[in-house]
Amino acid sequence: MIRFDNVSMRYPGGHEALRQVDFSLERGEMAFLTGHSGAGKSTLLKLIMLMERASQGQVMVDGNNLNRLPNRQIPFLRRRIGVVFQNHQLLFDRSVFNNVALPLVISGYDDSDIGKRVRAALDKVGLLNKEKLNPILLSSGEQQRVGIARAIVNKPQLLLADEPTGNLDPQLSAEIMGLFHQFNQVGVSVLVASHDLELISRLPHRVMRLSQGRMV
Amino acid sequence: MNESSASPRSKHGASVHRIQASDLGRSYLRHHLQVAVESLIRLLRAPVATLMTVMVLSIALTLPSVLYVGLKNIQAVSQQWQGVTQVTLYLSAELSEEQGRDLALQLDSNDQIQNLVYLSKGDALAEFKQYSGFADALERLDDNPLPAVILLEPSIDYLQQAQLDRLKTQLESVDGVEEAQIDMAWLQRLFSLTLLAQQLVIVLSCLLGFAVVLVVGNTIRLEIENRRDEILVVKLVGGTDGFVRRPFLYTGLWYGLAAGLAAWLLVQGSLWYLSGVVDRLISLYQSDFQLQGLGLVAAVVLLGLSISIGVCGAWLAVIRHLKAIEPK
Repeated sequence: MIRFDNVSMRYPGGHEALRQVDFSLERGEMAFLTGHSGAGKSTLLKLIMLMERASQGQVMVDGNNLNRLPNRQIPFLRRRIGVVFQNHQLLFDRSVFNNVALPLVISGYDDSDIGKRVRAALDKVGLLNKEKLNPILLSSGEQQRVGIARAIVNKPQLLLADEPTGNLDPQLSAEIMGLFHQFNQVGVSVLVASHDLELISRLPHRVMRLSQGRMV
Repeated sequence: MNESSASPRSKHGASVHRIQASDLGRSYLRHHLQVAVESLIRLLRAPVATLMTVMVLSIALTLPSVLYVGLKNIQAVSQQWQGVTQVTLYLSAELSEEQGRDLALQLDSNDQIQNLVYLSKGDALAEFKQYSGFADALERLDDNPLPAVILLEPSIDYLQQAQLDRLKTQLESVDGVEEAQIDMAWLQRLFSLTLLAQQLVIVLSCLLGFAVVLVVGNTIRLEIENRRDEILVVKLVGGTDGFVRRPFLYTGLWYGLAAGLAAWLLVQGSLWYLSGVVDRLISLYQSDFQLQGLGLVAAVVLLGLSISIGVCGAWLAVIRHLKAIEPK
């Protein structure tokens, strides 16, 4: 699903966030990406989303060579990847329902279809009864689950998460990780960046570690 | 990255969703309608700010429109006068009334001349009293100071400048004619003035149109700044540039439409306000002239232009500022 070949990423300031990284994530696999903050976890995820382009090496996602993917194709790549952010990136000018519906609206689904899919996604994260609320009224655990519902509403083949449990207490963190595990059980490839080693060690998935931009 | 490249994946994991082309077309239109309505609602939610912007835009559009209407009316008036080139012959004071009438008869047979009218000294005085407002002063005069006058028009085939000059010389050489005066110069001046005004309207319209583009552009720029978070999230979850642009372009369209309508109302209002004064002026000139409004075609053009200017301004802002908002 994802393959990095000798990928380096140097930011314009000269900071080298990734150095000659090789790794792959198989279809249907779930893996964790750990490392200290600044180790390059976020940069690696950004390369997959094409929020950044690699300075060197080759990034393949779902059979596409991202080095050769033109900018105008980026939105269509992103539609096929679900992403969960640490700060969940919800919009507080609209309801939970409309936040989750956004990827579907962008992809041009019918209203009735949107309703069904959004409720299915909210049901999976256990927030079906909160669809009409503004996400600002929810707890941070609930907000993160809204973010997850939005990431999976499109039924993506690949789910990325950048520190999805960063602001949550251990119990909520475990719940969230449990959700990712469940998605993986139904065939979704999942890559979670997290530094919560204790939580990760309890789950039966491969762990990759980044240190100063290198895979160790 | 198109839909067809998704097919091999359908063997794996969750089902892949395909969207038919016809569905896409329909949903595209529906989406446009939805975005149009949403941007309108967004504008109406901030009525004061929207009204202020629309007022600025409509005033900028009203100015050239009013000038255009004024120009159109002046041109209509001068059209009425065109061809009515009048020649006034002032007869010498020694000529008796009878001799004057003979002269008039004699000139009437000239085929360069039509619509000849003889005004005796008495007629001239009576007319002068009626229109000048000096009736009382004239009463006190012992003598009628006005000469007898023959008013005539050159025939339709003799209206060119050279022919008129020849006619003037010819008429002045007739015994008993003191002076021949052709009322042309002022008409020519009027024509060149309207031509100048026309250029002025064009220049002013361009400048103010440009101002409207800038005002809309700036308003949309602020709107883009306000919705920065939304734009970022939309781009993150796969919104195309077109999708991100659309609400702002519709906002520009609504501004243009509202400003065009308001400008039309302002023009009609100004005309209504001016019509009293104009009617009085016209009655002084004994004309059956009617003040013309903007007219249907010009109103449609005004609306069309203001809408295009609105969209254009939004487009400029969007091109300049949306590129800068990329998820990092």
